Amino acid sequence: MPDPGLIMYEEEFKQIDAELRRLHQQANAKVTFLVDKNGQLISAIGETENLDTTSLASLTAGNIAATGGMAKLLGEKDFSILFHEGERDNIHISLVGRVILVVIFDQRSSLGLVRLRVKKSVEVLGQILQKILQKVDQAKGPAGAGGGTPKEAAKSPFAEITEDDIEKLFG
Amino acid sequence: MSFINYSAREINCKIVFYGPGLGGKTTNLQYIYKKTNPDSKGKMISLATESERTLFFDFLPLALGNIKGFKVRFHLYTVPGQVFYDASRKLILKGVDGVVFVADSQAERMEANIESMDNLRRNLQEQGYILDNLPFVVQYNKRDLPSAVSVDELNQALNPKGVPFFEAVAPQGQGIFETLKEIAKQVILEIKKGS
Repeated sequence: MPDPGLIMYEEEFKQIDAELRRLHQQANAKVTFLVDKNGQLISAIGETENLDTTSLASLTAGNIAATGGMAKLLGEKDFSILFHEGERDNIHISLVGRVILVVIFDQRSSLGLVRLRVKKSVEVLGQILQKILQKVDQAKGPAGAGGGTPKEAAKSPFAEITEDDIEKLFG
Repeated sequence: MSFINYSAREINCKIVFYGPGLGGKTTNLQYIYKKTNPDSKGKMISLATESERTLFFDFLPLALGNIKGFKVRFHLYTVPGQVFYDASRKLILKGVDGVVFVADSQAERMEANIESMDNLRRNLQEQGYILDNLPFVVQYNKRDLPSAVSVDELNQALNPKGVPFFEAVAPQGQGIFETLKEIAKQVILEIKKGS
């Protein structure tokens, strides 16, 4: 089965934001962001005003997908860390399950510091993502089973979408 | 698969344009990019060779509007059509919410169309998807060319299940937004079904 769609709830979103903020500060980074493996940007913290984060997210996912393909050809499961070094800015990319953690940094930081801080963040983010997956699973489970359906999922606004709503998107 | 963010109140969906090489997938995206209001689109990214053949993918993010208070964003991707880029095509299909198959209507490209359709089905299967269960639209492009075969013939060869299809002349925009609208509709209805 393909991965189920990712659903992000308020509580976990705030936790992810807080962790990205902490990493941004502790690694002395310019930008930290989290991307779904399919290229969807989840959250970005830092100097993002002049950065096309949507494109960056899509290319990051493409990059991870391409190196993942290379890994498989070599009999590796994945390459979990990628590092791109530029003249001014550098990008550190690491896999956290089905999402990707990206840190952009310049001479104010160093690869060693980034790697050290990322290691801790990968753990924290991994736990938050685990929680999200559990919530989604619960929400999709048989009605009434365990009675633990999260509130947000129970009242999905999308059940009410009409053809009219879709027509309006195209003006 | 779609990404629903309750916190940012956004729905993100991925639509992939598939089809044989030089069939007009990139031209579809270029036309959509050209004709979309600047507020609704992001930058279009093309990872292409020097001769402008798609090497990895084209990418165009579109934010069309709101549904039920959620901003709906579509991420449009094309795959490289040339046969030997199969490994890249597989990667781009990951997490797909809907597929547009851009067929080349010219008689001499019929075999390439069929091969690409088989390839799509197979590559989706490898990722755990079944094409018939996915939002899917077929576009018959290059209708203006003299060697274009009839739509009936194309449907017979490429669309036995009778999914929605559109005739197109991509550089002039004919059929482009009709195709996009149909696939967007199917994708959103799929989200509704899953909710």
